[in-house]
Amino acid sequence: MFEASDLNIHNQRAEKLWRLLFLMMTLLLILPVLIILGVLIHKGGPMISIDFLFTEPKDGMTAGGIFPALVGTVWLVAVALLASVPVGVAAALYLSEYAPDNWLTRAINLAIINLAGVPSIVHALFGVGAFVLFFRFGTSILAASLTLAVMTLPVVIVATRESLQAVPQAFREACWNMGATRWQTIRKVVLPNSVSGILTGIILEVSRTAGETAPIMFTGAAFFLPFLPQSVFDQTMAMSLHLFVISTQVPGVPEALPFGVALVLITMVLVMNAVSIAFRMVLRSKKKW
Amino acid sequence: MVEADRSSAAETDEVVSTAPVKVDVRNLTISYSGKTALRDVTLDIRQNEIFGIIGPANSGKTSFLRALNRMDLFIPGMKVDGSIVLDGREVRKWRNVYALRRRIGVVFPLPVGLPMSVYDNVALAPRLAGIKKRARLDPIVERCLQRAALWDEVKDRLDSLGSLLSGGQQQRLTIARALSQEPDLLLLDEFSIAVDPVTTMRIEEVLKELKQELTIVLVTNLVQQARRLADRTAFFLTGELVEVAATSALFSGEVNDERTRAYVEGRFG
Amino acid sequence: MSRVTPASIPDTQVMDRRNLDWYVDKAVQVLVFVGGVSAILFIIGIFVFITKEGFGFLTTTFDAQEFFTSPRWRPTSEHNPTYGALALIVGTASVTGLAMLVAVPFSLGAAIYIGEFATGKTREALKVLVELLAAIPSVVWGFIGLSMMNPLIIKLFNVPVGLNVLNAGVILGLMAAPIMTTIAEDSLKAVPDGYREAAEALGATRWQVIFKVVLPAAKNGLVAAVLLGVGRGFGETMAVLMASGHSINLPTSIFDSVRALTATIAAELGETAVGSDHYRALFTLGIFLFLITFLINLTADLVVRGIRKK
Repeated sequence: MFEASDLNIHNQRAEKLWRLLFLMMTLLLILPVLIILGVLIHKGGPMISIDFLFTEPKDGMTAGGIFPALVGTVWLVAVALLASVPVGVAAALYLSEYAPDNWLTRAINLAIINLAGVPSIVHALFGVGAFVLFFRFGTSILAASLTLAVMTLPVVIVATRESLQAVPQAFREACWNMGATRWQTIRKVVLPNSVSGILTGIILEVSRTAGETAPIMFTGAAFFLPFLPQSVFDQTMAMSLHLFVISTQVPGVPEALPFGVALVLITMVLVMNAVSIAFRMVLRSKKKW
Repeated sequence: MVEADRSSAAETDEVVSTAPVKVDVRNLTISYSGKTALRDVTLDIRQNEIFGIIGPANSGKTSFLRALNRMDLFIPGMKVDGSIVLDGREVRKWRNVYALRRRIGVVFPLPVGLPMSVYDNVALAPRLAGIKKRARLDPIVERCLQRAALWDEVKDRLDSLGSLLSGGQQQRLTIARALSQEPDLLLLDEFSIAVDPVTTMRIEEVLKELKQELTIVLVTNLVQQARRLADRTAFFLTGELVEVAATSALFSGEVNDERTRAYVEGRFG
Repeated sequence: MSRVTPASIPDTQVMDRRNLDWYVDKAVQVLVFVGGVSAILFIIGIFVFITKEGFGFLTTTFDAQEFFTSPRWRPTSEHNPTYGALALIVGTASVTGLAMLVAVPFSLGAAIYIGEFATGKTREALKVLVELLAAIPSVVWGFIGLSMMNPLIIKLFNVPVGLNVLNAGVILGLMAAPIMTTIAEDSLKAVPDGYREAAEALGATRWQVIFKVVLPAAKNGLVAAVLLGVGRGFGETMAVLMASGHSINLPTSIFDSVRALTATIAAELGETAVGSDHYRALFTLGIFLFLITFLINLTADLVVRGIRKK
C-alpha cells in the first residue's frame, strides 16, 4: 500500500517536472520574439514619425525617411499577388475539386512541396535566368514580382486547398445531383463557403512576400533610387533590401535608423499575420453548418 | 440461378403493369476500385409507379441510384457496366450529362441543406436552368416547399440558412429542392432515416400524390414503408437482385426465393 | 416482355444538347488543370534555367575534385581563379548543424507541451506566438544577429568578433524552430487517442505515455520535421549572410566566422558579369543547393507518406 502511493507521489512529481521542462522550452522559444520586439520598439520607436514614413532617404541614406522603399514594397507585393493568386487558386481548385488520385497529382503535390523548399536565393537565380534575361524584362518590378510570385505560390495553393476541402463533400454531391456542372457547383457552393479562408491565405502570402529579400536583390530591387517607380518595368527600392543595405553596406548610418526600418518592416508583417490569424479565428466561430 | 430469378420476375411484372417502361436496366454491374457492389441486375421501372428497393445495408441499393444519374463520372474508382436506358435512351450516351441529371431528382439518406438561404436552396436548380427573374422564381419556390410539406414552417424565414434547419426540415428542404428541378424521375434513398415518424407520414402522402406526375424509385431500409408505398418492389441482397415482384405479391408470401420471405418477415436484415 | 418505346416519352434528343454551361465547365476544367500543372512546370523551370546559366561552367572550368575538396573560393583572382566550395559547404553545414542542436530539442519540447499538456486558450495563444515567430522576415533576423546578438556574444564570451557560427546558428535555430514545432505537433496530434487511453488504462503516467507511446508512434513525423528544419537551414540566405561573419574559413570553433553557400551567391552575384566564369560558378552553387534541398524535401515527403500509409 505505502509503496504504491510512494510510487504515485514520485510519478506525480516526475510528471510535474517534465511538464515544467517542456513549458520552459516552449517559453524559451517564444521569449526571443518578445525580446526582439521589445528592443526594436525601444530603439526604433523614436525614429518613427510621419516624416520618416513619407520622405526620401537623404545624405547617402544616412538620414531621412523610407518612403520610396515603402512604396516599392507595395508595388512588388501587389504585382506578385496579381500573378500568383489566380494561378495558385486555379491549382488549388484543380487539386481539391478535379484531380484524380494518380501519378500526375502526386507529382504536382511533390512539386508544391519542393517549390516551398527551394532556397530563396535559388529562386533569385531562377528569376535572373528566366525573367531578367530570358524573357528580357530586365531588372524590374515585373521580374522581381514574378520571382516572388513563383516562390510564394505554395502558400496560396496550400491555404486555398485547405479551405476548399473544409467544405463538406455532401454539399457538392447535392449540387451535382441537381444537374449542376462542376464549375457551377464550385461557384455556387464551394467558393462562397471558402472565400474567407482563401483570403486568410492571401493575407499570409502578402506578409511573406513583403519580407523577402534574396529573390528581389538581383531581379528588380535597387539599393537607392530617389524617385518612385512609374511602371512595372522600373526598378524600385524595397523595405527588406533597404534594411539589408543600410545595416551592412552603408557606412556612417546612425544606429537608430536601421532599427526604425526594421520596426516598420516587422510591424507590417506581424500586423498582416495577426489579421490573418484573427480572421481565421472569427471564421472558426462562425460555422454555417 | 440468376437466370431463373429473372424470368420469374419478368412473369410477375407482366401481370402487374402494362404501363410504358421508364427505365430499362440490363446486366447492370457496379464496382468501386475493382470491388463489386452490384452484380448483373436486370429490371425495369415503369412510368408513374413507385418502385421500391429493399434490402439490408451494403446490398448495392445506393450504388444502383448513383448509376442511374451517372454519378460514376464524379466518384473516383466507380465503374458501371451493362446498360441503363431511360426514356429509350442509354444514359451513357448522353453528351450533356448535366441535362440528364436535371431530369432526375435525388433525395439522400442524410439531409443536406446547402449553406445558403432556404429560398436560394429551392431556387438553385431553376436558376441553373436559366430562370433568373424573382417573379418567376417565387411561385416555383412556394410550390415546391408546399409540396414538400415545409412551406408553413419556413414561409416567414425564407432568408435563414438552409443548413441550420432541423434535420426533419432539412430533409423536406432536400425534397423541395429535388422537386424544383421538375424531374420526371425521383430517386429517394432511405429518406426517413433522419426524419421523425410524423414527418415521414407526411412525406409519404406527398409521394403518393407525386406518383401521378412522375416516376419514383424508393430505396428504403423499412420493409413496411415499401409495403405502404411501392407498386412493385425489388429485393437486393449483397449486391444481387434476388427478385422483383408486385409489392402485394411479395408481402402475401408469393415469393420465388426463400431469402425474400425471410427478409420481408423480418427474420434478418 | 415487349419493350417498345412509347410515344409519350420526352424527346431526349432535344434535351441532350451541350449548352453554354457545358462548355464553360470544360473551359474551367482545362484552366485549373493548367494551374495545377504549373507547379510542376515551375519546379522544372527553376532547374532548367539555373542549369542553363551554370552549364558553361560545369562543362569547362568546373573541377569536381577542386569544388568539393578545396576550401579556396577565389573566383575574382586575376591570375588563377579557384572555385573550391569546401569552405562554403562546411560553413553551411556547421551553421545548420548548430541550428539543429538548438532547434531540435526546443521545438520538440514545445511541440510536446503544446500538443500534450497545454489546453484551451493557452494552447491557442502558444500556437499563435509560434506562428508569429515564423513570420519574422529573414532580413530582420539577420539584422538581429548583426545588431543584438553580435555585441551580446562579444560581451558574454569575450571574443573579438560576434559574427560567427554561434551567432548564425542560434538565429537559424530560432528561424527553423517554428516550422519544426508545427510539423512535430501535427504528427503528435496524428497519434490516435486510443493509444494514449490504452496506455493510461494500464496505469502509465502522462510522461510515460508520451515517452513510451506517443513519441515512438509519431517517430516518422518528427524525423520529417527535423529534415524540413535542415532544409530550411541549408537554404536560408539573408540571415546567414548577415550573422555568420561572411569570411571564407574552415571553422575550428563556434566563434569562427564562416561563409555559407547561399550567402556567397547573394553577396557576389551583383558584382559579376553575366556569362562570366564567376557568374556561372555562382549558378553552379545554385544547382548544388537546389539538388540538396530537393533531396531533403523528397525524403521528408516520403517519410511523412510512410505515416499516412500506417
